[in-house]
Amino acid sequence: MKSAKSGVLKRVLKQLKGYRLWLTATIFCALIAVAGTLAVPVFFGEIINLIVCEGNVNFGSLLSGHIYTKFLLIAGCIALTSIAQWLMNVINNHITYNVIKDVREEAFANIQRLPLKYIDSHSYGDIVSRNIADVDQFADGLLMGFTQLFTGVLTIIGTLVMMLVINWAIALVVVVITPLSLFVAKFIASRTYSLFKKTSEIRGEQTGFIDEMIGNIKVVQAFNREDENIEKFDDINERLTKASLKSIFYSSLTNPSTRFVNSIVYASVALTGALMLIFQTPLPIIFNVGLLTSLLSYANQYTKPFNEISGVITELQNAVACAGRIYELIDEKPQTPDAEDAKVLSSVNGDVEFENVCFSYTDDRKLIENLNVKAKSGQRIAIVGPTGCGKTTLINLLMRFYEPNSGLISVDGNNIKDITRKSLRQNYGMVLQDTWLKSGTIRDNIKIGKPEATEEEIISASKSAHAHNFIMQLSDGYDTVITEDGGNLSQGQKQLLCITRIMLCLPPMLILDEATSSIDTRTEQRIQRAFAKLMNGRTSFIIAHRLSTIKEADLIIVMENGHIVEHGTHDSLLQAGGFYSKLYNSQFAI
Amino acid sequence: MRKLLKYLKNYKLQSVLAPLFKLLEAIFELTVPLVVSVIIDKGIGGADWQFVTYMCLILVGLGVVGLISAVSAQYFAAKAAVGFSKQLRHDLFCKMQSLSYSDIDGLGTSKMITRMTSDVNQIQSGVNLVLRLFMRSPFIVFGAMIMAFLINVTAGGVFAIAIAVLCVIVFSIMLISIPLYKNVQGKLDKVTTSTRETLTGVRVIRAFCKEDDEIDIYNRRNTELTKSQKFVGKISALMNPLTYAVINASIIWLLYIGALKVDGGVLSQGNVVALYNYMSQILIELIKLANLIITVTKSFACAGRVNEILEMKSSAVEAMAGVMKENMPYISFNNVCVNYAGGSMDALSDISFTVDKGQTVGIIGGTGAGKTTLVNMIPHFYEPRQGEVLIKGINVKNIGDTELRDRCGIVPQKAVLFKGTIRENMQWGKTDASDSEIMDAINSAQASDVVLSKQDGLDEIVEQGGKNFSGGQRQRLTIARALVKKPEILILDDSASALDYATDANLRKSLKQLDYNPTVFIVSQRTSSIRHADKIIVLDSGKMVGCGTHEQLLDTCEIYREIHYSQFQKEGA
Repeated sequence: MKSAKSGVLKRVLKQLKGYRLWLTATIFCALIAVAGTLAVPVFFGEIINLIVCEGNVNFGSLLSGHIYTKFLLIAGCIALTSIAQWLMNVINNHITYNVIKDVREEAFANIQRLPLKYIDSHSYGDIVSRNIADVDQFADGLLMGFTQLFTGVLTIIGTLVMMLVINWAIALVVVVITPLSLFVAKFIASRTYSLFKKTSEIRGEQTGFIDEMIGNIKVVQAFNREDENIEKFDDINERLTKASLKSIFYSSLTNPSTRFVNSIVYASVALTGALMLIFQTPLPIIFNVGLLTSLLSYANQYTKPFNEISGVITELQNAVACAGRIYELIDEKPQTPDAEDAKVLSSVNGDVEFENVCFSYTDDRKLIENLNVKAKSGQRIAIVGPTGCGKTTLINLLMRFYEPNSGLISVDGNNIKDITRKSLRQNYGMVLQDTWLKSGTIRDNIKIGKPEATEEEIISASKSAHAHNFIMQLSDGYDTVITEDGGNLSQGQKQLLCITRIMLCLPPMLILDEATSSIDTRTEQRIQRAFAKLMNGRTSFIIAHRLSTIKEADLIIVMENGHIVEHGTHDSLLQAGGFYSKLYNSQFAI
Repeated sequence: MRKLLKYLKNYKLQSVLAPLFKLLEAIFELTVPLVVSVIIDKGIGGADWQFVTYMCLILVGLGVVGLISAVSAQYFAAKAAVGFSKQLRHDLFCKMQSLSYSDIDGLGTSKMITRMTSDVNQIQSGVNLVLRLFMRSPFIVFGAMIMAFLINVTAGGVFAIAIAVLCVIVFSIMLISIPLYKNVQGKLDKVTTSTRETLTGVRVIRAFCKEDDEIDIYNRRNTELTKSQKFVGKISALMNPLTYAVINASIIWLLYIGALKVDGGVLSQGNVVALYNYMSQILIELIKLANLIITVTKSFACAGRVNEILEMKSSAVEAMAGVMKENMPYISFNNVCVNYAGGSMDALSDISFTVDKGQTVGIIGGTGAGKTTLVNMIPHFYEPRQGEVLIKGINVKNIGDTELRDRCGIVPQKAVLFKGTIRENMQWGKTDASDSEIMDAINSAQASDVVLSKQDGLDEIVEQGGKNFSGGQRQRLTIARALVKKPEILILDDSASALDYATDANLRKSLKQLDYNPTVFIVSQRTSSIRHADKIIVLDSGKMVGCGTHEQLLDTCEIYREIHYSQFQKEGA
């Protein structure tokens, strides 16, 4: 655990390496700012010493070392300090935001290279929150660390040194009392931690309830369940209110308590200082009212950074944890890159072959075993079988989203491992059941496979996918902006757009995974006709649970539990009277 | 925000006491420099150690009293803020439950959830902070100024000018940076979208070899984000150095004036020290105030969003006008047109038909034909743009929603179960349903094997969303849930899509045999599911293109024929 943490810290430091100059600059600025902030009260104290009483004020001249000179000195100090403060802030911003940018870019680039296996097995929300929320938290921690930790520590050291220099006896008094403030803060923090945890648990429960009931509000209304829900909601709400009152109240005690300790420190400094002035101690210390004023001002400044630093440290711990999660994502092993001498597939015939392919998603559950399929150029291969039999897995293997555990898949006699992924995938047109659209215009979405397509090509592709009519009914036609994942379109309309995409770039091989499942049967038939035209001379793989759509296939493969149980044409399979004919006939049972 | 203030009503006392105690604390803090000034002038000047000790004890005493007032203030503020958000959440939840379908569609559920959770939390911390600091900070700042005036009018003038300058600086930086921060948030949203999209669309992106394009788009958005972050950072980084410079410059001026006055015998050394201390206090307080204003602005934005929802009209209608007439048709649609907000075309146009009690009605049509909209009109989920829906001669909008929906059993397209047990889910329809009533419904819904296959039977735990049941199992359980309440009108919205043909057929058979003889609406894509209905309505792009029995429609309705033959080869042809 501890070593993992230091590993992350090392990574962060490495990330900062490129900013060495900037870092030096910010430390330099911090030194100036702190030195300035500390020096100014001394000068003010000296001035106050010169203002003794009526008729006894030494203004002097500008250069004589009296009030006027000091004013000049202070003005310079203030200007320098302000500029140093500003520069420090700007440089810290620069470093932080650039580091964050680098981290985000690295993470995103790695997402593009991650094997599908990783992406499929992690929730999107988790990956997104790593790249967004965690990085933000990391940035906050970094920024706070730079600005407050540096200056805080420097201020404490500086103040202490100044106080020791001015009057070491009083400084000792301060040093003895301050740990009290740390102790109080820590005491409160440890008590509130469990309260906060409880509050966030109840809040999680409430969010879950809201998520469930508001997410399905239509069902709630249909069943008149509003009153029961409010009752349950109020119950959780009441508990949440009690818990948050406790946690908010107890945590808000930190500030007044440390302020109280602070006022004790202040009073002690005033007391010892005044007494020392009255009784002229035997100690060899030069002391006067001006110095006492400076000391009082330091005493005020001294405890503040302690509060801040304890805040920064929690923030930093959080930031390191977040950084760890991001680095996990960045370090996740990418898919094996294409071999150096990988071939570029061009002018494809479309002979696809599976030879003894074995595959499983997890080691303990075998899925596909010794699969052999031969698809000749231009053939239509249909794959049917119950859910979970491995149909979609075949597509994952064809597209090389996943690699087979053993055996090989070839296109035109080339093992697909020896072909660049890019050229392999460019030769397939794929339409999946889970439609996916990008936020952007309809046109951008259609053009994704062929960015240089002309308007005529786009329209004719849409017409053959029967999408043109509904697109024209949208408010801005092809320029209609759709939200992320096509929000305002129906599932069927989204599928039509995905089909249009393929109709536009016309790749030599096709993969259709339940491509028309949400489209009504009438439109589906029309699209089937367009597909039939499209599939002419193209090798295609079709998965469909509506068996009517695959009757024309050259080869129907019936799968069950990762094995091929039957294969043949529609007629031969019906005659055989096996699994397929049972499946086919069940749809006519009334 | 002002409209939300009524939620503090029940916490009037706390909302007054919290700032009051804060004020008290501030007053004690403000007396500290005065005490120090007296220590210097009388104690040290008069070499009176007893007086000094006494005064220092007063300092500690002031600290104790300050601590007590601060703690009381924190307690009252927390109490008021927490109570405020409790009431607000309650009202918001009630309001959301009462919204109409079209409002829900317009808002989107994820937005509603954000309003309930993070927005309300933000408002809560805003209220808390305001109660604690809104009085205190200005009081300290102006209090320090008044104290300065009491010591010396000229010195007070310096304070007044310094405060004015500081206010200008703080507010202008804030006014400039708030919209910039919004801008940053917008850019961050874009980066988020990029990340989400690249994950949800990973297969498509890789199939089209768009990885590098995605990286380019992302990097461009990311660079823009960084640029605006740095820009706003530069501006808000001015706050501290500028306030620091102004305060210290005023101290110089103050000491200069002080020196002249002391020289002239108007002020004492201790007075000057006090003035100096007051100025330092202003600096600390201003920084706090700036943070407060940022939080408050954020809370205001959230309050605006929450208020938008609170001001929406609830759809619930409880009026009951007119008496149901038995001689009227059971359900009739008269020239119904429906238009969704934001849609340019009618989702349903000019629909008219009647249904007798106990009949089974099939509704069929292509993607987006308006099938779901049509059945949603019966329980008054949407308001027609034109025309009316009548039950026994009474417009559904005049029957109270609660009563109307009690008569309907609805099985929505999306089969959702809720967290709890199977029994609890079944009791949604009828709170006091007995096990035998539940099992009857489950049997009719062809779901008995689902319950029997589970170890705990009806007590089997259902996870959120029903994740531990398959799609077909969920569908059958949602049908059973609607049957438990023995509805007069049963609406099945494409709710047999995940069932195989045999189960679907058995389900329809058992619905026919229900002893309470409900009127049934079946929405389906399959002609096999509705061919035995008493009446079939064929929809195409929101228009009714056919109405009749299976046989009639095969003869007269071109579209119905096409749909049917796309699923069944022409028999004998």
